[in-house]
Amino acid sequence: MRIIPFIVTVVVTIGLIVTLSKPIGSIPPLGDFLSPQTGFWQNAEPVDAHPSLDLNFPQLKDKVQVYFDDRMVPHVFAQNDEDLYFVQGYLHAKFRLWQMEFQTHAAAGRLCEVLGPGPNNAYLSYDRNMRRVGMKFGAQHSLDSMEADAATKSMLDAYTLGVNAYIDQLSENELPLEYRLLNYVPEHWNNFKTALFLKYMSFSLSGAENDFELTNVRNVLSREDFETLYPAFQDSLDPVIPKGEAFAPPAVQPKMPVTTDSMYFKWNTFASIDVSPVNKPDKDNGSNNWAVSGAKTKSGRPILCNDPHLDLNLPSLWFEMQLHTPQYNVYGVSFPGAPTIVIGFNDSCSWGVTNAGRDVKDYYNIKFKDERKEQYMFNGSWVNSELHIDTFKIKGALPFYDTVAYTIFGPVQYDHSFTGNSRSTPNNSFAVKWKAHEGSNELKTFYQLNRMKNISDYHEAIKNFHCPGQNFVFADKSGDIAIWQQGEFPAKWRRQGDFVMPGVDSSYLWQGTIEQQENPHIENPARGFVSSANQTPTDSSYPYYLGCEYPIYRGIAINRYLWQLNNITIDDMKKMQTDNFNVFAETALPLLMSNVDESTLSSEEKKYLDILRGWNLRADAVEKAPAIFELWFDNLEAEVWNDDLEVASKPVLMPLEATLVHCLTLSNFKFADNIKTNQVETIQDVVTAAFKKTVPVVSMADQKANLNWGKYKDAGIRHLLRLAPMSRFHLMTGGGANTINATKQFHGPSWRMIVELTDKTEAWGIYPGGQSGNPGSRYYDNFIDKWSEGKYDKLWVMDAGEAKDKRVLFTMNFN
Amino acid sequence: MKFGVSILLTIIVSFAAGLYLPFWSVALVSFCVAAFIYQKPVMAWLTGFVSILIFWGLLAFWIDVQNDSILATRMASLFPLGGSAGLLILITAVVGAIIGGLAALSGSFLRKYIDSLNS
Repeated sequence: MRIIPFIVTVVVTIGLIVTLSKPIGSIPPLGDFLSPQTGFWQNAEPVDAHPSLDLNFPQLKDKVQVYFDDRMVPHVFAQNDEDLYFVQGYLHAKFRLWQMEFQTHAAAGRLCEVLGPGPNNAYLSYDRNMRRVGMKFGAQHSLDSMEADAATKSMLDAYTLGVNAYIDQLSENELPLEYRLLNYVPEHWNNFKTALFLKYMSFSLSGAENDFELTNVRNVLSREDFETLYPAFQDSLDPVIPKGEAFAPPAVQPKMPVTTDSMYFKWNTFASIDVSPVNKPDKDNGSNNWAVSGAKTKSGRPILCNDPHLDLNLPSLWFEMQLHTPQYNVYGVSFPGAPTIVIGFNDSCSWGVTNAGRDVKDYYNIKFKDERKEQYMFNGSWVNSELHIDTFKIKGALPFYDTVAYTIFGPVQYDHSFTGNSRSTPNNSFAVKWKAHEGSNELKTFYQLNRMKNISDYHEAIKNFHCPGQNFVFADKSGDIAIWQQGEFPAKWRRQGDFVMPGVDSSYLWQGTIEQQENPHIENPARGFVSSANQTPTDSSYPYYLGCEYPIYRGIAINRYLWQLNNITIDDMKKMQTDNFNVFAETALPLLMSNVDESTLSSEEKKYLDILRGWNLRADAVEKAPAIFELWFDNLEAEVWNDDLEVASKPVLMPLEATLVHCLTLSNFKFADNIKTNQVETIQDVVTAAFKKTVPVVSMADQKANLNWGKYKDAGIRHLLRLAPMSRFHLMTGGGANTINATKQFHGPSWRMIVELTDKTEAWGIYPGGQSGNPGSRYYDNFIDKWSEGKYDKLWVMDAGEAKDKRVLFTMNFN
Repeated sequence: MKFGVSILLTIIVSFAAGLYLPFWSVALVSFCVAAFIYQKPVMAWLTGFVSILIFWGLLAFWIDVQNDSILATRMASLFPLGGSAGLLILITAVVGAIIGGLAALSGSFLRKYIDSLNS
């Protein structure tokens, strides 16, 4: 019987070990997780130890040296392209593996595999949407295009090899923290994943149509009212290409179908749409870029500036690097997940991008024969659709299968089985036609930009860029500056694709593509600068329809400064790039002030009005006025538009801020009237009412000492999994959507860069994150405080001979 | 004497085993040490418990000091332990200690059983 105590304790011990080896709910297996030898403790990097490493890879043709500086930026010195991209892949994986894979899972609609179905199937919905909008479909086409080009294929192969070389030697105790928390392991990288990542950028930057919203609005407005509220051009627009530039007659002349009056422009017909598009990218995914010519700078050489505005996450979207071979030398930021430098400069030129914001994604209403969706009406007969069955693996559940019909227009994104927000539309199916579905090789553009020597190389490089449309700004050491809105854009008739189009015949299809030479561009203009800030690219003399939803105020601010400034220095550019002057407030506030009826205001209301009266129109972090102004305008928008748009199906799109500002100057602005009241309200009435609604909210925030703009806005950089302890919150920042410093709560300048093209290039930059993706590293978030304060780091373009420089923390030798 | 030697041996061998094996290697080692160096069950349990408490506790502490508590503070907010790195080290050490103690107890009982067969 003496064996019984042994058996009991052994069973208990094994039971405990087994329990600690299994995940419990969202808690990872605690045994391995807590063990200091194998668990998360291993992700706690010693803050001051930076041992050099010697690595051996038979895949390499030659030796590669990588020098890490004190900002943890790798300077890669390779002897050939294959080795260079192998090492870039290896380093991306070493610093950002989890993020690379997670973002490509998001692009491919595979989040459920690692996160489970989510609350109310939210992650499953997200995944289904990504498949249905055609992300994998488009990525496959782009991969085919990329692999058809020998240079691109060789670059992709080398990059993939490098990522996998890292994954293959990754021991369990080096596994990135997020894999441990979610209890899974990385899979191998492949070229398709790079294609998916690039497609994800297309999704973020060219996914911002408002077809359903505008269709719903159209259904309740007359043509005349619609044109007033959603004008194709804003009066105060300062376009990318200066007003008055002449354009050649169009090469393609799209013809409006004869049926538009009955089938498309169904003004005020109260037709029903009822689809809520899901997971739309942020509408402010925009950016600023500009280049000034040597005539306007102190050094006599051009300066180029760029700051792309995107969702601000940890780990950051960007990874800073220098890539050097005997043939070329480039510095800038790269996408973990893709080879090349995306925004940066080399020894002769610099380039940057902003989003063009053109509408290249349209919806068509498909008429299926029956619920099986096997056939749909096209040009008078029933045509077969292609049914794709998508499989979704789900963590902790059985797989889910989704059938998606592919038509001549594109995949059917919304139908009775997937309506966005579980609102059924039994009779409607909407196919999406999107430029990103087509194969294209954007990577080739970056490959060539990295190597360009002059403006004609730049011209050649950008031709490969089809989607998402971007404003490529350029400057070089010989003094040229240029900007080109590049992308493959459909030639549309006026208002084509603003609304959902009939999908029963070919008459509403895109009729042609605007030729690359016709895309708006300008070189070395007399005014001595080029710029873009997501505004409409041209004035109304451009011979193609451009769509109707562009922000205008940042562009006005930038151009105003650039006109005024002379003898420009890098410090001037830093000041300008982080400038908080609000042109929107400058335009709108006087109109609000002149329309508010002060005689009806209480003393408290007057107190806050006085704060606005004394405001310098700057959205600085310490000011109280920006919050009051923003709330006032938001309330005014609600006062003016809500009653009129209430009758429309949801969702709807409110007119742009600039449109309402313009409307405030109209003598008989009929939408000021609240149609739900008996009396007729005037602009004065609604402006005053909006202010009265603003004050209680403002007063409450003031009492809690939260009214200062920095506190009110409460900016932060969130971890991709939205885990608070791995995020940074409560950053005191100024700026906002309509200032050059476009820092919103969780969105804003994701990489600020200033490059002066003197003989020895001088460059400055910063992004809100850190080079390491590991929350256990001091380099995880070390740039954030400096970024919040609007400060920059000097970018060190290292020479091969500087290996002993004191800035070099450690070296990795690849043999 | 046996107590001290056992603790030392458990810690050293656990460290070596942990380089190649998952977390349960500490149980394996505690078990074997207790089976080879016989102590009364209570003392064996204490040996296993204290050995791994010291081993995991010190190792986690050492890692944490070099890391300026960057990660431990984040993890101790995630779990949630009020952001206390010290508490997270203690929990780590105690979880290891419980495994070690139970395994050592099993080892001691096994030795006791085998000895009883031979006597």
